Amino acid sequence: MSELTDFTIAELGDGIRSGEFSAREVAEAYNAAVAEARTLNAYTVETPEDALAAAEAADSGKSTGSLAGIPLGIKDLFATRGVDSTAGSRILKGFKPPYDSTVTANLRKAGAGMLGKLNMDEFAMGSSNETSAYGPVISPWRRAGSNVGLTPGGSSGGSAAAVAASIAPGATGTDTGGSIRQPAAFAGICGIKPTYGRCSRWGIVAFASSLDQAGPMARTVRDCAILLEAMAGFDPKDSTSLDLPVPRWEANLSSDLKGKRVGIPKEYRIDGVPAEINALWDQGIGWLKDAGATPVEISLPHTKYALPTYYIIAPAEASSNLARYDGVRYGLREEGVKTLDDMYAATRAAGFGAEVKRRIMIGTYVLSAGFYDAYFTKAQRVRALIKQDFRNAFESCDVILTPTAPSAAFGIGETTDPLAMYLNDVFAVPASLAGLPAMSVPGGLDGQGLPLGLHLIGNELDEQMVLNAGLAIEERAEFIARPEKWW
Amino acid sequence: MPVSPDQVRHIAKLARIAMSDEEIERLVPELNNILGWVEQLSEVNTDGVEPLATVIDQKLRLREDAVTVGNIRDDVLANAPDAQHGFFAVPKVIE
Repeated sequence: MSELTDFTIAELGDGIRSGEFSAREVAEAYNAAVAEARTLNAYTVETPEDALAAAEAADSGKSTGSLAGIPLGIKDLFATRGVDSTAGSRILKGFKPPYDSTVTANLRKAGAGMLGKLNMDEFAMGSSNETSAYGPVISPWRRAGSNVGLTPGGSSGGSAAAVAASIAPGATGTDTGGSIRQPAAFAGICGIKPTYGRCSRWGIVAFASSLDQAGPMARTVRDCAILLEAMAGFDPKDSTSLDLPVPRWEANLSSDLKGKRVGIPKEYRIDGVPAEINALWDQGIGWLKDAGATPVEISLPHTKYALPTYYIIAPAEASSNLARYDGVRYGLREEGVKTLDDMYAATRAAGFGAEVKRRIMIGTYVLSAGFYDAYFTKAQRVRALIKQDFRNAFESCDVILTPTAPSAAFGIGETTDPLAMYLNDVFAVPASLAGLPAMSVPGGLDGQGLPLGLHLIGNELDEQMVLNAGLAIEERAEFIARPEKWW
Repeated sequence: MPVSPDQVRHIAKLARIAMSDEEIERLVPELNNILGWVEQLSEVNTDGVEPLATVIDQKLRLREDAVTVGNIRDDVLANAPDAQHGFFAVPKVIE
C-alpha cells in the first residue's frame, strides 16, 4: 500500500467512507509529514489537534460532509478563529480572530480539518513568497543536479509548496493577479480561481477588493472541483458575493471536448518566453484537439496593457484597504512616540515590509488629488476594454488556453527588480481584471526538471468548462512527477 | 510625470508611513520606474469608455437595517494593543 499522503482527496474520501483506513490515520500521517518538513517553511502555524478533531468527527460518524475527515492547509490570509491569522505580515503578528472566514467555515461545515496556516507573500503582494514576514518558503522542487533553493511562486507559495511536498492533500489559496495559478504552475499542481464573486471574501484579509478571489489548490483537477464546491456559495456578508447556486462541478466533470472551441490568443506569444514554454503550449493545443476540441485563433488586443492597469488598480485598492492597520484596534503598535499621528506612522513603518510600502505609496499617489483621473480612472477605463476583449473572444470560443507563467520557478533572491517580478503574472493578470475563472494544470517538466503549467481561462460562471479542459489536459499530460524528498 | 523627493515625502505623509530621508531617496527611482512603466496606458484610446468598477454585473443588495451581531465588546477588544475600561486606548490626542 502506498503512503496515505500520496492519495488524492477523492481517494482519501473514498477510503475513509469505505473504512479502508480511518480519518485519524490520515490526520496522523499528515501531522507527522508536516512536522518533518519544517525546513520548507510552508506552515506559519501548525494545528495538528484541529486535524485530529475533524478526523474524530468523521470516524465517529458525526460529520458526513463531502470533506469529512480531510485535513487541509489554510493560507494565512484567511481568518481562522483563535488561530494566528497574519497575512504574512509583522503588522498582524499575534492576531487571533474571534471568527472564521466564510470560506474556512464552509470547509469546516463540509467536515474538513486544518493542518495549519500556510506562509504567503505579505498581504498577498508578491510572486515568490519572499516578502513574507516569516521568511521565504522553499520549494520542494530543485533543478536537476542542484541544491539551490527555489521559490514556490506566490503569493500562495506556502499552499503550493505544501501540496507539492505532500504535507497537505489540498489547500486554500487566493488570487488577486495570479496568486493561485503562478505558484500552482511552479509547484506542479492544480489551482483554480473561480469567477469573481463565487467565493465569499468575508474574513479574507483584503488586498484589492475588486480582484481578490479565493480558490483551491490540489494535486488533481477532480480535487480542485471537490474543494471549490465546498468553498463557494452565496454569502450575504460579502456585498459582491454572487447569489447563485453552486454547480455540481465534480459530478459534471468530463474530458470529452467534442464541439468545443479553444481560443489561442495571438497576443500571448511574447518575446523572452523560453521556447520550452511555447512548445508546451503547442502540446497543450494538441491535447485539447485530441479531446475533441477545435483550436481557433483569437485576439485580445489590450493584453499588453493588463499588467500596467493592474499595477494601478491593485495598489490603489490596497492603499485604501491597508489604511485600517493603525495600531489601534489590533496588531502591532509602536510605542515610544508622543502623538497619535506619530504612532500611526511609526506603527506602519515598523509593521509593513518593503514591497507592501512600495504598493501603498504607488496606490496613495495614483489616488491623490490631481492624479486620480490620469492614473486610476484611466486604468479603470482600460480595464473595461480588457473585459470587452474577453467578451468578444468568447463569441468565437468556449475556453482559452495559454501558458500560466513566462518561466519555471526561479531561485530565492534571483529576482530583485520589482518590475521584473511583476512580469511573472503577465499571462495571469488579464483574467483577474476581467473577473473570469482560470486554472493552472501541470503540463510537463522543463529541461532542468522543473514543472511548467498550462493556463485555461473560461467565460463568466463557466468554471465547468475550465475544469473539463483541465481534466482533458491532465489525462493526456500524465504528469506524475513529484519532487524528490530532500527535506 | 516623475515624482520628486518632496512629493514622495508628501505621499508617505498621506499614507501615514514614517520614512527616513534615505528611504525616500531609495524610493524615488523605484516609484519613477513603476510610474514610467504604467505611463504606457496613455497610448490607449479610452474616449467614451466608462470606467469599470464592478467586474461581474450584479445588483447591489440592500439589507434590513437591523443589528445582526452585537454584544461582543470583549471579542472586539480582544486583539487591541491597548484596551482600557472597555475602550480602545490611544496616545493623548488633546493637550
